[in-house]
Amino acid sequence: MLALFQKLGYTTLSTLQKLGRANLFILHVVTGLPEILTRVRLLLVQVYSVGVLTVLLVSISGLFVGMVLGLQGYNVLSDFGAEQTLGVMVAASLVRELGPVVTALLFSGRAGSALTAEIGLMKATEQLSGMEMMAVDPVKRIIAPRFFAGCLSMPLLASLFSMIGVMGGYFVGVGLLGVDEGAFWAQMKSRIDFYDDVVNGLIKSAVFGVIVTWIAVFEGYDAVPTSEGVSRATTRSVVYSAFAVLGWDFVLTALMFGGD
Amino acid sequence: MQSSKAIEIWVGLFVAAGLIALFFLAMQVSNLAELKSNGDSYRIVARFENIGSLRVRAPVSVAGVTVGRVSAISFDNQTYEAVVEMRIDPKYDTLPIDTSASILTAGLLGEQYIGLTPGGAEEHLTDGDEIELTQSAIVLEQVISRFLFNKAEGGDKGSGSNDGGTPTE
Amino acid sequence: MTGGNADDEVLVSIRNLVFSRGSRKIFDGVDLDIPRGKITAIMGPSGTGKTTLLKLIGGQLRPDSGTITVDGRIVHELSLGRLYELRKKIGMLFQTGALLTDLNVFENVAFPLREHTKLPESMIRTLVLMKLQAVGLRGARDLMPAQLSGGMARRVALARAITLDPMMILYDEPFTGQDPISMGVLVKLIRDLNRELGLTSIVVSHDVEETASIADYIYLISEGKVVGQGTPDAIRHSESPWVLQFMEGLADGPVPFHYPAPDYAADLLNPPA
Repeated sequence: MLALFQKLGYTTLSTLQKLGRANLFILHVVTGLPEILTRVRLLLVQVYSVGVLTVLLVSISGLFVGMVLGLQGYNVLSDFGAEQTLGVMVAASLVRELGPVVTALLFSGRAGSALTAEIGLMKATEQLSGMEMMAVDPVKRIIAPRFFAGCLSMPLLASLFSMIGVMGGYFVGVGLLGVDEGAFWAQMKSRIDFYDDVVNGLIKSAVFGVIVTWIAVFEGYDAVPTSEGVSRATTRSVVYSAFAVLGWDFVLTALMFGGD
Repeated sequence: MQSSKAIEIWVGLFVAAGLIALFFLAMQVSNLAELKSNGDSYRIVARFENIGSLRVRAPVSVAGVTVGRVSAISFDNQTYEAVVEMRIDPKYDTLPIDTSASILTAGLLGEQYIGLTPGGAEEHLTDGDEIELTQSAIVLEQVISRFLFNKAEGGDKGSGSNDGGTPTE
Repeated sequence: MTGGNADDEVLVSIRNLVFSRGSRKIFDGVDLDIPRGKITAIMGPSGTGKTTLLKLIGGQLRPDSGTITVDGRIVHELSLGRLYELRKKIGMLFQTGALLTDLNVFENVAFPLREHTKLPESMIRTLVLMKLQAVGLRGARDLMPAQLSGGMARRVALARAITLDPMMILYDEPFTGQDPISMGVLVKLIRDLNRELGLTSIVVSHDVEETASIADYIYLISEGKVVGQGTPDAIRHSESPWVLQFMEGLADGPVPFHYPAPDYAADLLNPPA
């Protein structure tokens, strides 16, 4: 019994400790911002490996999610004779929820895990330590460009996802199932609000970008510098990202769309 | 790793694609294009006994063409009426002063919107004017109960035009 | 115990160093002096925290107590900015080389110059090629670290460590896992660089022969204490049985062959219930 409490206490304390480390770490990362702005190349290279290389995955997923929404939405809406509102349903689901959330989950699987593994391996092979000994701050030189590249890429990727998803819904709804094209776009335009839906979705994706990249770089930096440690850290990075994204999605949705 | 020039080009394409997507969402998917003309639109007010489930940003249409949006809904403590404020596109500035407004439903279960029916007066509605002739929303429960208790309800209460114009502001 | 080189100028001096990881004491009252311009070797069995000692000298770790003075400054009392200034004058060769895997050989060697100086590209090129020439790898400038053998990676790392013309280089196990030829190359490089650039070198190693052949002075560390010191010759003729066992590589001696265990016969006859 006592051992149980001890274990609970230990877990609580070490979790709090880790949270504290993660917060100090992000402060340190943010102080690297001025240096990055003077050396944009560092950031560019990371936007390439974090953002550009994720575009294909996000586009294809977006297309299929949009097409599925078109099919399912049509099935439900046509029962009520409301298939004209298919565009609204597809666009609202994508812009408000699926765009930011699914993109964040895909992003953490594709880019976040790669970041964690890369940084963890750099730690394990003493590259970070070596940099410190060369009087270069690895947090500013290695972590900060990756972090800001992630924060920058996520909203762009989520926008791409939503746009391609709407296209996918359009192909299925209008192209295959014969929903009226004019009604599809007009209903969508009149019911999707720029500030309430598009801007809020964008804010969501920006928040998720910060969360996912933060978790990814921190798990890499905090990894036990062995091959096992790095592999565990990579798993943790994806799992924690998924939890954090879904949890924060609830909070943000409640703040933005709840209590209308 | 690719050459630095290729990376720059790819990143440029990526950022451009993301911004185009955002632009598409703003202009094609959402109502930003309409909101933009909101700045110089003019405002008219109408009072209704019951607005049903009318919401802010619901369309305001004349002859089926959307000419504006509902911009605010409030409740008048003195007259117990709903005060609906609409913003009308300045393109449509020739609505007669005796135009009537009714709350209609798009389809059987669709959203509610305001339909304006122009009258015959010479004078035009301008910013801040109030529409005197209004017709409340048809609430499904009321229609059904009126049908069931045909005798109990006065036939002209809900279906007849409700003189909403009250002198108190 | 204090260093035996009182007449020479001392670059690094460690006094009464205590450092522990968790409950394990890694150093328990170590005193060392590293003389300027010499090659000093720190030797000891695996797991005695030799690498930890280098990290303490470089200020990456903080001692529990005691002082570490490098070039007149107490390392663990420096501000981060001052510490970084000091580190620019210290090169460190990591066991694995610690080359940046996403940069090629040329860029790896150019890295400290790009980070710390605003030299024009032509000057950087000249300097990098000079350093690569010194380690004999000018021709390998376009290779990626993954394409290098272990010995070549260490030589590139060495070229990188000397790009900022440091006053001191710390070598962490430079000979481990090297074939005889690259071992010979590294021994030659360490000796030549030290002489020609007027460096101070600290070599941490457990390769007795190679280390003894280049070191001017040797410290032997075991179980958190300095157990022997002197010139290679003096160490070789030491009376201490521990030093003899280490230098000769004997299987049994003061460091027993057997890990502490209960009596053998009793252990065999009494299986646990």
